[in-house]
Amino acid sequence: MKNDTTVERTSERELVVTRTVNGPPRLVFEAWTKAELLERWWTPKSFPITLLSCETDPRVGGRYRLVFGYEGSTLEFFGRYLEVTPHSRLVWTNDEGDDGEQITTVTFEEMGDRTRLTVHDLYPSKEALDGAIASGSTSGMPEALGQLDELLVSLGASAGRS
Amino acid sequence: MRARIRESILNWMVQYLNGRLDASFAALSDATRRGVLEQLGGGDASITDLAQAFHMTLTGMRKHVGVLEQAELVTTEKVGRVRTCRLGPRRLEAETAWIEQYRQHWDSRFDELDKVVEELERKENVR
Repeated sequence: MKNDTTVERTSERELVVTRTVNGPPRLVFEAWTKAELLERWWTPKSFPITLLSCETDPRVGGRYRLVFGYEGSTLEFFGRYLEVTPHSRLVWTNDEGDDGEQITTVTFEEMGDRTRLTVHDLYPSKEALDGAIASGSTSGMPEALGQLDELLVSLGASAGRS
Repeated sequence: MRARIRESILNWMVQYLNGRLDASFAALSDATRRGVLEQLGGGDASITDLAQAFHMTLTGMRKHVGVLEQAELVTTEKVGRVRTCRLGPRRLEAETAWIEQYRQHWDSRFDELDKVVEELERKENVR
């Protein structure tokens, strides 16, 4: 049976994803922290990107680095672990952005022989999350579409002020 | 910027938005209609206000507002004899659509995680 995935923007800077996984926190935690396991599920085949390399050092202050290939170029995502509490909590930073640090907190909650996962993303600012949403909703489209969105955002912003 | 690129490449499922964007573009291809949006950005206005501001007939302005309404860039509401126009829900929809893309993205990822965890469990049980 398939478990539901939910996503909610809980505040101007926060996005929360939840899902129950069939397996105890011990194994789910392992799948999140061991590079050779993480790389097997982080980029499903349906994604337009491929994971070229994956390194993790899951201890406080340890670094992680993922390198993706996308349309002939590579993109690196990296950061460091702020908190590593086996089988229950994992906190890391995303340091590749230039608009500040994004912090991801994953909690693993035991529910019988299953695990309730909560992935909480804290963006550095409202603008950073708005920007991610705006660029995500126009990706793969001509620049003009981005401009359309900007126009609508600015129109909405000025409407909000008056 | 890279964080944004990442979000872009991870959220490519935008095709279903295209139909709506085509309508948006058609609506925005006209200078008067762009002007109307700008004006509404400053506050709600009636068709009569807009017709006056753009030196047009009421019928002409109704047509323009109709195109904007179809593209969901503008909504109108008739109270008594006055039809008031305001900016439409298009922006909120973009966020809702993005969240749904993001959800599907994580859903596929978790499906793969399920497989990895199942395999770990099987291996454990064999030992």
